[in-house]
Formats: sequence, structure tokens, C-alpha cells
Amino acid sequence: MHRGKGMKFVGDSRISTDRKPNIPKDYSEYPGKTEAFWPNFLLKEWIVGAVFLVGFLCLTAAHPSPLERIADPTDTAYVPLPDWYFLFLYQLLKYTYASGPYNIVGAMIVPGLAFGALFLAPFLDRGPERKPTKRPLAVGFMLLAIAAVFYLTWESAAHHDWEASKKQGAIVEGADIDKDSEGYKYFEANTCISCHGAELTGGPAAPSLVDTGLTPEEVAEIAVKGKGTMPAGVFKGTDEELKVLAEFVSNVKTE
Amino acid sequence: MINKIYDWVDERLDITPLWRDIADHEVPEHVNPAHHFSAFVYCFGGLTFFITVIQILSGMFLTMYYVPDIVNAWESVYYLQNEVAFGQIVRGMHHWGASLVIVMMFLHTLRVFFQGAYKKPRELNWMVGVLIFFIMLALGLTGYLLPWDMKALFATKVTLTIMESVPLIGPALKTLVAGDPTIVGAQTLTRFFAVHVFFLPAALLGLIAAHFLMIRKQGISGPL
Repeated sequence: MHRGKGMKFVGDSRISTDRKPNIPKDYSEYPGKTEAFWPNFLLKEWIVGAVFLVGFLCLTAAHPSPLERIADPTDTAYVPLPDWYFLFLYQLLKYTYASGPYNIVGAMIVPGLAFGALFLAPFLDRGPERKPTKRPLAVGFMLLAIAAVFYLTWESAAHHDWEASKKQGAIVEGADIDKDSEGYKYFEANTCISCHGAELTGGPAAPSLVDTGLTPEEVAEIAVKGKGTMPAGVFKGTDEELKVLAEFVSNVKTE
Repeated sequence: MINKIYDWVDERLDITPLWRDIADHEVPEHVNPAHHFSAFVYCFGGLTFFITVIQILSGMFLTMYYVPDIVNAWESVYYLQNEVAFGQIVRGMHHWGASLVIVMMFLHTLRVFFQGAYKKPRELNWMVGVLIFFIMLALGLTGYLLPWDMKALFATKVTLTIMESVPLIGPALKTLVAGDPTIVGAQTLTRFFAVHVFFLPAALLGLIAAHFLMIRKQGISGPL
């Protein structure tokens, strides 16, 4: 490449008129079966990527991502759970000496030491040896950490009630309810609302009354005699009112 | 035609040195699964990057529908999931990709660790890699709140309670993250959205660039 006096540039730019030849490097004298990244190896990577992408798209098509009902801060009965890759940290906080007065142990000290050691691994494991068998301490601690992470994740998942979890977050189909109707007024007056909710979608203490599929006669019977955990005699009105209420509840359906 | 365009640009900008720098690097035999099948363990880092690209692209499409406020966030996700053509696939890719990227990164970390590839002179690259790991976990944590459904809200409340229990700076830290000392609401959602979509990806891209530059500069670690 020409340097110093007599250099030629493209126009008034700083780009030299000398062109560098655009030819790939020669790897034939490199040790072993060394291969060029471009384009030889990149094409193979491309194939791995394509195979991976097909599998990944099959997963997304087979398992739609979950969505629970809209956040309701007033629902104090909800049992929360973090995403699966935080379960081990979450589980740690459930042990006696990592929670309550010792919360700092579970929330700060143990994770801090573990992740701090991971971050500083090159300075803790300083020897020149690379083979796992030649550095038992580093490998031993890592295996211990992996075992702990897997165990804690498993403990957390095994003791979680997944059925209840699915139920508590399920999207509840709402119905179009005429809140000015006579039936709704009796529904309110007879305290049905305190358990079955203002939208009749139920709650922790009572089932949803949307799409029950019950006839007015069956609804009337339950309102008077109770069912399951519902006591008898909740309804305190006249027979005439009972009939209107039963008609109303029986007709609550999703749009 | 492409060659002519290339030459036209090259004459003006001298891009050949730059291009040869990107294209010319060797793939040694011991990392090439075509020669030794067990070398598939060297794929995990590349796959992590591939999923990261998927996350960025699918995330860009998600923001075309997502509205970060407490009234519309859930509604917009519900709409995207049930009404928009291929919305379920795009959201599915982002949702499952978030899990897969953790898995791949975990495997990549273990490969590097057990091979002792972080030793001198590669200490800095290992540390940048661990920082990328933390950024990914933070992305997972902030992204979890955005659909604004039950599990999003209550899992975030738990996280904030843990944050609050940090001695001395706990309450201040919680206020900084949640936007209010007690309420987890509108402020929290917009904050998590900004952190998830702007702050963390910016940090991530910078760290990934550093990670790749260091690999190119030092070359991949030799066989055991």
C-alpha cells in the first residue's frame, strides 16, 4: 500500500484510490481440518439454525402461550409463582434459615455468593489446568451448585398445586347482565352477591352462575335449600320474588 | 450486478478491509460438528444468539399491538392472542423464546466452565458473558409483568417485596423500580415496559458486541 508522498485519493475524500483485492484467506496450511467461516461453515450453521427454527415453530403452534385473567389487585387469595427459571431462588426463601428473620440469607447472601463466584470464576480458579479432572474444586463446586438449582426447582414445582393454579388464573367468561332488572335487585337484596359476585362470575366461596344450564325450578330449589357449602335459607323473599330471581339467574348466559 | 454495486460502493468507501475482517476467520477442527459430532456443544452460544435475534424481531412486532397501560395492556395482549392473524405465533415465539434462551445460555455457560475456557487470557470475556446472563434474567423478570394478568401482577409483587427486604437501600430500590413506595400499578407497568424494551436491550446489544469482538480478537479456545 502506498504511504506518504504521492498518495492518491478518491475525489476530495480520505479514501485511497488503491484497491485491496477481495480474496478469501487460504486455510490449506492451517492445522487439522480447519475450515473457512465464510461461506463454508456459515452454511452448516444455517442448516442447524433452520432445523432449530422448525422445532421451535412446532412448539409455538402446539402450545399457545398462556394468558390468565386481567390483573385484579383486590384478589388476596391468589397464590403467586414466578417464571420457572426463578423457582430455585423462590424456593430458597421458604426454608427456616433463609426466611423470616434470616431473610437476608436467602434473599442476598446465598444468591450473592453463588452468582458472585460465577462472575469471578476466572480469579477463583487460577491454575493453568483446563481439564475438569485436573481442577476438582472448581468442578466440584459447580456440580454442587447445579445439583442445588435442580433440587430446589424440583422441590418448588412438586409442592405447587398446579390444578388450583390453573383455576385461580383462568379467564372467566362474563355475561351481559341487566343490572336494572327486577331479578338483579332480588339477587342483590338476598345477599347472593356477596359470594357469587356482582357480575355473577363467582369467587373463592361460590361457583359462577354464568351458563349454569339449570332450569328456573332447579335454581329456586338451590336458593331455598342450599347446595354444597351454601346453607339453606339464604333466600328470604316471597314466592313471587323467588320465581323472578330464578328466571333471572337461569337466563344468565355468555354472549 | 451485485459485484458492480459492490465495486461502486468499494471505490467510494473502501469496504473490502472491513468485509474481509468479518468473513475471514478460521473454524478449527475441534469445534466443527461436521468432523467431530461431540463438538455440537459449541453450538449453544450460537443458538443463544439466534434466539436473541428471534426475541428482538418478535418483540418489535409485539409492540405494534401492545399498549403499556393498566387499562389496555391485558386487552391488547388478549386481542393479539385471539384476533390478530398469526398474533398467537408471534407472542408464542417471544414467550417460549424467553425460556429457551435461558436454557441455551445455561448450556453454553456450562460448556465454557467445564472446559476451563474462561482462563487466562479470556477472563474478561467470561465476565461479560455472566453480565449478559444477568441482563437476560432481568429481561425475563420485567417481561413477565407486561401482559398484566394475574400471575404477572402477583409474581412482580413478590419480587418487589424481596427487593424491599434488602438492608438499607431496599425501600429506595423498590420505589425506583416500582415507581411508588406502596402501589404496584400504572407507574410500575410503564417503568417495566421502558426497562424491558429500551434500557436492557441497549445494554444487551453493547455487551454482545463486546463478547463477539473479544472472541474474534482472541480466537476460540483450543482443544482440551
